[in-house]
Amino acid sequence: MSHQSDLIADDIEAYLKAQEEKSMLRFITCGSVDDGKSTLIGRLLYDSKMIFEDQLSALESDSKRLGTQGEEIDFALLVDGLAAEREQGITIDVAYRFFSTDKRKFIVADTPGHEQYTRNMATGASTADLAVLLIDARQGMLTQTRRHSFIASLLGIKNIILAVNKMDLVDYSQKVLTDIDAEYRDFAKDFGFRSIMTIPVSALKGDNILNASDNMPWYEGPTLMRHLEDIPVGDARQTADFRMPVQWVNRPNLDFRGFSGTIASGTVRVGDRIKALPSANESTVKSIVTYDGELEEAVAGEAITLCLADEIDISRGDVIAGKDNPPEVADQFEAKIIWMSDDQMLPGRPYLFKTANKMLPGLVTDLKHKVNVNTMEHTAAKQLELNEIGICTIALDSRIAFDPYNMNRETGSFIIIDRITNTTVGVGMIDYALRRASNIHWQALDVDKSARAEMKLQRPAVLWFTGLSGSGKSTIANVVEKRLFARGRHTYILDGDNVRHGLNQDLGFTDADRVENIRRVGEVAKLMVDSGLMVMTSFISPFKAERRMVHDLLDDGEFIEVYVDTPFEVCAERDPKGLYKKAKAGELKNFTGLDSPYEAPERADIHVSTDTLSAEECADTIIQYLEDNGYLSANGGS
Amino acid sequence: MTKTLTHLKRLEAESIQIMREVAAEAENPVMLYSIGKDSSVMLHLARKAFFPSKLPFPVMHVDTTWKFREMIEFRTMITEKYELDLIVHINQDGVKDGIGPFTHGSGVHTDVMKTAGLKQALDKFGFDAAFGGARRDEEKSRAKERIFSFRSAQHRWDPKNQRPELWDIYNTKKAPGESIRVFPLSNWTELDIWQYIHQEDIPMVPLYFAKERPVVERDGQLIMVDDDRMPLQDGEVPMMKKVRFRTLGCYPLTGAVESEADCLTDVIQEMLLTSTSERQGRVIDHDAAASMEKKKQEGYF
Repeated sequence: MSHQSDLIADDIEAYLKAQEEKSMLRFITCGSVDDGKSTLIGRLLYDSKMIFEDQLSALESDSKRLGTQGEEIDFALLVDGLAAEREQGITIDVAYRFFSTDKRKFIVADTPGHEQYTRNMATGASTADLAVLLIDARQGMLTQTRRHSFIASLLGIKNIILAVNKMDLVDYSQKVLTDIDAEYRDFAKDFGFRSIMTIPVSALKGDNILNASDNMPWYEGPTLMRHLEDIPVGDARQTADFRMPVQWVNRPNLDFRGFSGTIASGTVRVGDRIKALPSANESTVKSIVTYDGELEEAVAGEAITLCLADEIDISRGDVIAGKDNPPEVADQFEAKIIWMSDDQMLPGRPYLFKTANKMLPGLVTDLKHKVNVNTMEHTAAKQLELNEIGICTIALDSRIAFDPYNMNRETGSFIIIDRITNTTVGVGMIDYALRRASNIHWQALDVDKSARAEMKLQRPAVLWFTGLSGSGKSTIANVVEKRLFARGRHTYILDGDNVRHGLNQDLGFTDADRVENIRRVGEVAKLMVDSGLMVMTSFISPFKAERRMVHDLLDDGEFIEVYVDTPFEVCAERDPKGLYKKAKAGELKNFTGLDSPYEAPERADIHVSTDTLSAEECADTIIQYLEDNGYLSANGGS
Repeated sequence: MTKTLTHLKRLEAESIQIMREVAAEAENPVMLYSIGKDSSVMLHLARKAFFPSKLPFPVMHVDTTWKFREMIEFRTMITEKYELDLIVHINQDGVKDGIGPFTHGSGVHTDVMKTAGLKQALDKFGFDAAFGGARRDEEKSRAKERIFSFRSAQHRWDPKNQRPELWDIYNTKKAPGESIRVFPLSNWTELDIWQYIHQEDIPMVPLYFAKERPVVERDGQLIMVDDDRMPLQDGEVPMMKKVRFRTLGCYPLTGAVESEADCLTDVIQEMLLTSTSERQGRVIDHDAAASMEKKKQEGYF
């Protein structure tokens, strides 16, 4: 019995006092249903008396109806969840379970063992102090054991319990255990685990779960529960350098200005000299404020409010650190990325990155290679698919304070957010900063964009024509350029013909190449705008994200999106280059509108259709827009 | 020389971090307040999170008009004591139609006065983030819900399309019209809640403590006759019994348990020695096997 029921009955006050001293351990369990993982968790809940009688009676009736254990209780049903999953008979997500003993409270992340669910295991592992890897004693180490170990190590888990399950089915053989133990230790030697404990168990029969097994007198180590209760965790985080990412500036009145946050690592004391990053401003800790009174000292994991002796500029997302051991500051990194979206990761596509309390735009500049989770082999790749892991370089919009992830989980991790759908599409762990960030300096020149524009009596901008192949983009752009030229304006057209054959001749038509194509065109257009030109670009540019990227490259008002909205049927009928015919015949792959999507603009600045208007009439509309918005006068209009 | 944080301290810090994140990133957050023990803990944590500032958001109670009278008295007392910015929302359409648990049954009453009432209030005030006191240990389908749980503009929850949640980095981005339900108590268990109430001496509605109260036995549940709106069936005579409540809701839908536990430590003792889980007292959960999940998809918290 794990809760001291005598003390509960006799002296509840003493019991509660003792309970207040309990610590907490978060762990994940990895293994497949076949390894008896759900049974193991169900057993831990059952043996620690976290199941109430009404749940137990429901469990008994469920076991008879749905269970796989005949008349016996099927513990796996205890940890089963959503209706859809119950019907499939499979766990498809991360579920969190809770149990406690007199020494510790436990939070278990239950994560599935199937190949396609790397994302779920990474999620569970990100907050875990320890991983329990289940191995079927009859099978020994499998590919999934390697995969689970790799992901656990990737996410920074330092303590492993190798639970060799179903010992009852191998006659409780000591040799089976020692063989598996030796093989695993050899395999895992480079993973940086601080401790590995191999425990022979039978989740079904209860051997070495809570009580030492009579069937394995040769085993002298701790039971699973005992090891979970006793293993020390969290000390390393406290002895590391002090870091506190500022979460919220606490300003109730003019006399109080505090910085609220949770201490990511280390210890802070009143009087400590601190440095705020990235600004590098220094000050001294005046007080550590909490609702329960001011503290002399606070440690990793505590949520506090710091007041400083000087009025220095600190805002949300900045990191407060000890003066002598501050984190690094950079805007370009090498990082490991785990991709979690059905939409693949494409280098060059802009995303939002959220680190500890700070959200900022950025992009994955390069995918160096991906890592096979089963073999840990590196392979070259142009994009990352769902559940793939890649070594990437990333560039952020501005500098952040960070630590390498293996030094500090809290200040070395980030999530990646899609700018259009707002979903979390990937996560990353920083390895180190790239130095080149500090080596490139823009030359500040006296002749600048506005000087060049003024000389040309115009306001430079990009007219970005987007639409299906054959919609009339180039035709209209040509008419517009002729008109502008006739008015003495300085113009240039970028289109497939002059770009694909030169600058971008190395690119094909996969999604990744399309993104890179547009990125380069965007950069060239930006330089041309900087030189004072009116630029017209004519590219299908089917993805919102890339058009948005170019938009973001330019200053306000410099990106004018022109949607040439000609219906697919009309374009296919015209087929000026014979491409639709080829695509329909299967000779062209990735053809926009057929087997590759076109994401129409929702709020184009100018919307024209050659279905109802001639190219000349479309050009009229565009010129009118440029006049109305002051693009054709030197000072940007009235 | 390291100092080990206790489990309650770690849970507290996690909840505070979640609340501060919402205050920093949401445009118009609100804390839902149901007056029960979980809400009381959540409110206490919020006061800690922003101290010495006051709560940077209002607190809202969706009142079904069938709450226990002692709950409403307690609400008034707490609002004054903590100087809360309290919003009480009642679904006036439901009131107009005379919706009540006795006349329309628990399903319709909860749908209209609670679920629809909540959606109505969120739309009316334009809240884009709402804190709720739900815990993952309460019920199987909650075990897989995220701490930041997204709702479409129609307030629907899609369990197949949840955002991955790693470390303590929360993605709060959303489209206009969408909202987030945030559950800062996700990782607390019922036992943690009680231990924390004890440790922090958090004030509680007296209904949690045993007292002689007028009850009738109906469908195996002890229902308290809290006011004269309760129609008595043939042969039903309210009896005075020493009872308390393990969860609080609408009085006609909340079963009491007979108990001698009239103070906090006795209640905790009784809870540890007893063997039924807390949701059993809620009539609403027994409807169907996957009932809670279905309700949640429809917008019940």
